Amino acid sequence: MTSSITRNRITDLFAQKGDRLLNVYFTAGFPNLDDTLTILRGLQAAGVDLVEIGMPYSDPVADGETIQQSNGKALENGMSLRTLFAQLASCRQEISVPILLMGYINPVLQFGVENFCQQCRAVGVDGVILPDLPLDLFLAEYAETFRAYGILNVNLITPQTSDERIRHIDAESDGFIYMVSSASITGSTKGISEPMRAYFDRIRAMQLRNPRLIGFGINDHETFDTACQYANGAIVGSAFIRHLQDHGTSPESIRAFVGTIRS
Amino acid sequence: MQSTLEPQTSFAVTDKGFYGRFGGAFIPEMLYPNVEELRQSYLQIMADPAFQAEFQQLLEDYVGRPTPLFLARRLSEQVGATVYLKREDLCHTGAHKINNTIGQILVAQRLGKKRIVAETGAGQHGVATATVCALMGLECIVYMGSIDMERQKPNVDRMRMLGAEVRPATSGSQTLKDATNEAMRHWINNPVDTHYIIGSVVGPHPYPDMVARFQSVISEEIRKQLFAKTGRENPDYVVACVGGGSNAAGAFYHFLNEPAVRLVATEAAGLGVSSGHSAATTALGKPGVLHGSRTILMQTEDGQVTEPYSISAGLDYPGIGPLHAHLFDTGRGDFYAITDDDAMQAGFNLSKLEGIIPAIETAHALAALPKMGLTPTDVVVVCLSGRGDKDLSTYSKYL
Repeated sequence: MTSSITRNRITDLFAQKGDRLLNVYFTAGFPNLDDTLTILRGLQAAGVDLVEIGMPYSDPVADGETIQQSNGKALENGMSLRTLFAQLASCRQEISVPILLMGYINPVLQFGVENFCQQCRAVGVDGVILPDLPLDLFLAEYAETFRAYGILNVNLITPQTSDERIRHIDAESDGFIYMVSSASITGSTKGISEPMRAYFDRIRAMQLRNPRLIGFGINDHETFDTACQYANGAIVGSAFIRHLQDHGTSPESIRAFVGTIRS
Repeated sequence: MQSTLEPQTSFAVTDKGFYGRFGGAFIPEMLYPNVEELRQSYLQIMADPAFQAEFQQLLEDYVGRPTPLFLARRLSEQVGATVYLKREDLCHTGAHKINNTIGQILVAQRLGKKRIVAETGAGQHGVATATVCALMGLECIVYMGSIDMERQKPNVDRMRMLGAEVRPATSGSQTLKDATNEAMRHWINNPVDTHYIIGSVVGPHPYPDMVARFQSVISEEIRKQLFAKTGRENPDYVVACVGGGSNAAGAFYHFLNEPAVRLVATEAAGLGVSSGHSAATTALGKPGVLHGSRTILMQTEDGQVTEPYSISAGLDYPGIGPLHAHLFDTGRGDFYAITDDDAMQAGFNLSKLEGIIPAIETAHALAALPKMGLTPTDVVVVCLSGRGDKDLSTYSKYL
């Protein structure tokens, strides 16, 4: 079954703009509990195309040290889904950029999947990325709820994902496909290798129905630029977390970071 | 020996990897090909007669199986029932853990893997993994919480002597949960040439089932040995400690569908169930997802995993295997929470009564005996999962 969802900010964005899209990730509650709106405003003002807000979790197995530590700090600061939704309650009065929530399934299960989707809809979250919720379980148990509230579920593919499975994921995805750049957790700084380019090429040649954003290991202009040659854009996470840690959350600082990635 | 690998009926895993509402494979896409490769091949590999022959031979000649079923006369007299000890502590490397690592290293070889990664809590699984890697000439990396590396130093030294690289897990509580996170991250980073040998009946399907099958040799032997000694195959109780629950899964396996046999699982209550320093998962937890399966999990209201505590590094885990969650959920198992104090006393008690120093993990199983309301006609088998040499410094400090 091919899923279909009514349009939202993510599908609208890809309809308008097909290349060099920049999606920036930050962890809610890091560096300080109340930084969420400040960072959102900063990223929007700096001209990023999408924003991914991390829902902190105690055991983020797909993440490297930088995002692990930001998750730990955010939890220490008292961040929770309830707090995050409260912070986002009126953000749509000033924030128009598409927003995704990224995190692990257990906090969402405890919050209640329906309640979660309802809250996403209420505050204006457009999509969700839950790496440890496998596609078959999502389809069997949660797809209907997500669709009822118009929330996109973004799926990942990796260099090891078979062509057959990629076709299946493409058929069941809306919005975009998150291409994990290499066999790794987040935060790699090794650059883009030849085997990675071969994988990017292979996926590009598959002519999927969904646009693709490349993430994991995208940390500077060079890696962003390379990713954009093969996909519709790229996702930066750990590098931005390090920047927030070292240079703070001011609009100037965020604009400077986005500038170094883009130009 | 065929029956070791035969599926049980009503408590068997479904083809999607569930025990009742627990289990499954909640894994990021990065691990999907690895786990799927294992899921598609593990039953076939294990059913292969050549595999069976090699597995059984190594269990006999290398591990030292069958392990004795020992009638503990003085302990029996003390608790007022007939108590047998299944002597897994006499396995090579000193605990039941090697039953699983022998099986998994043979699976890894048949999958063409060159490197093994593992997590360890008390270090027993790490030692058992390092041992089979040395035996088969495979590279071995073991993640261990840095707090556990301190309190189980002899096992760290043993792993290194066996040629393994021991890497400290420094995140979170720096114990078993965090070592498991690090091992999973390592596997994500090295998906093609590495096999992850999980040490307990936890993790994404098919691990809980595969590990339970490898450990099921424990209950297979118990039945035969008990029959030879008493003329009955079924005891009234089988008692085992549960961290993740691999020795319990192995000791329970062939009794799962024998309702006359009560299955008793003991969890670590630490300083007390309500003390805030505990690892008594079924008493304190609720359903959630950890390390790839839906199980019962100690967590906050917001779904953050709680840091567990136990004096025993092997039980210091915030979840339990999905099979055990199902046994708890259905009432098939009786779950007891045993404090540090009760476990330590039980350890000293067994040492003086029977001349056997048990691992502190195992002592949690022994500590349940006085609480079970045993009567003189009861026949009880306790899975003596490991020996206590590694715990001598903890025991001596406690004196």
